[in-house]
Amino acid sequence: MKRSQIDLGVGVFVVIGIVALIFLALRVGNLGGEKIQNPYEISAYFDNIGGLKVRAPVKVAGVVIGRVTDIGYSKDRYRALVTLKLDGRYEFSKDTYFTINTSGLLGEQYVGVEPGGDDQDLQPGDQTTHTQSAIVLEKLIGRFMIDKAAESGDQK
Amino acid sequence: MKTPSVNPIQRRGAWTVDSIWRLGFAARFFFSLLLYSGQSLRRFHGLTMREIYMSGVLSLVIIVVSGLFVGLVLGLQGYETLQRFGSSEALGVLVALSLVRELGPVVAGLLFASRAGTAVTAEIGLMKTTQQLQAMDMMAVNPIARVVAPRFWGGVIAMPLLAALFSAMGVFGGWLIGVVLIGVDGGAFWSQMQSSVDFRFDILNGVIKSVVFGFAVSLIAVFEGYDCTPTAEGISRAITRTVVSSALAILALDFVLTSFMFRGN
Repeated sequence: MKRSQIDLGVGVFVVIGIVALIFLALRVGNLGGEKIQNPYEISAYFDNIGGLKVRAPVKVAGVVIGRVTDIGYSKDRYRALVTLKLDGRYEFSKDTYFTINTSGLLGEQYVGVEPGGDDQDLQPGDQTTHTQSAIVLEKLIGRFMIDKAAESGDQK
Repeated sequence: MKTPSVNPIQRRGAWTVDSIWRLGFAARFFFSLLLYSGQSLRRFHGLTMREIYMSGVLSLVIIVVSGLFVGLVLGLQGYETLQRFGSSEALGVLVALSLVRELGPVVAGLLFASRAGTAVTAEIGLMKTTQQLQAMDMMAVNPIARVVAPRFWGGVIAMPLLAALFSAMGVFGGWLIGVVLIGVDGGAFWSQMQSSVDFRFDILNGVIKSVVFGFAVSLIAVFEGYDCTPTAEGISRAITRTVVSSALAILALDFVLTSFMFRGN
């Protein structure tokens, strides 16, 4: 009699614990939200990736369609080589542009995809150089300062 | 301290030898615990259930209430700081990440050590003091299989579940303060949380932490009870040592695990 009551208590406890874990996985984490189906990989060369991180999202028109799986440096081309895992349902033409953008002023960086119009599509494993680097804010400010200095120099 | 010692150097030496002795005994104890665990789980699985009940179910109230309050405080403090930078929507991320990665396993582990670990130490210590353990040995019942192993595995099983519950309650508390009370946008709260909390990287690492802490706390609790001086004072000292060593072990292990899991790349 006593034993079965304890079993009931343990059962309830285990159920509560597992429900908490499922809550964490689905509601707090992104286990349910991520649906990348039969993924394929594309590599892209960038001049400068800024603060891009592995696992950063790949977005087309704001929709997440993939993730950055690897970031490396290509010795032959002196450029950064970024490997992207994209959703198999979406194909992009050969002249598609890959850009590194920032969500908001201080937000995380992601790879933006701007589809092109070429007849041929990018095949799994392809490498592309149609890229635009991350905007480095310091460089931008530096250039702005030099322009300003030049302007004020002209006026005198 | 068994050896009567005169000067402080001798006392220090006796203490050192005694500690190393204890460490060796703890290692041997751990191996025989693992050795008899199979037998214990086969023959005494009802007892293991009972220990899950004792250390898990009876810790539910303190875990749920503490988790809720930690979440409430995180919500208030996080909002206070985040709204200075105009990013109060990131409150969900802050609350969820700090709970799932650190506070959940660590605080649940500390509470678990003081709520369930002490009870285990006291129980085994009193059994040793009243010579029940020797009596079992006389009856050819291995006390490690009969008494120690069920308590150890009960704690190991209960701890990750309690930590998950703590984190879930904390997130709920943060939501209560942030969304219901202060009025942060609920959609942004959840969606930002979901986009930045990764299942493998954040949640699974938190679960691994809580499993490790469960092992550490349970082992310390049963060992201190088994190794206590069989007197009333000895039991009270053993309980104190359980809490102190568990807390130190949890915090030190947390640092080691964090430096392995989140090294910032």
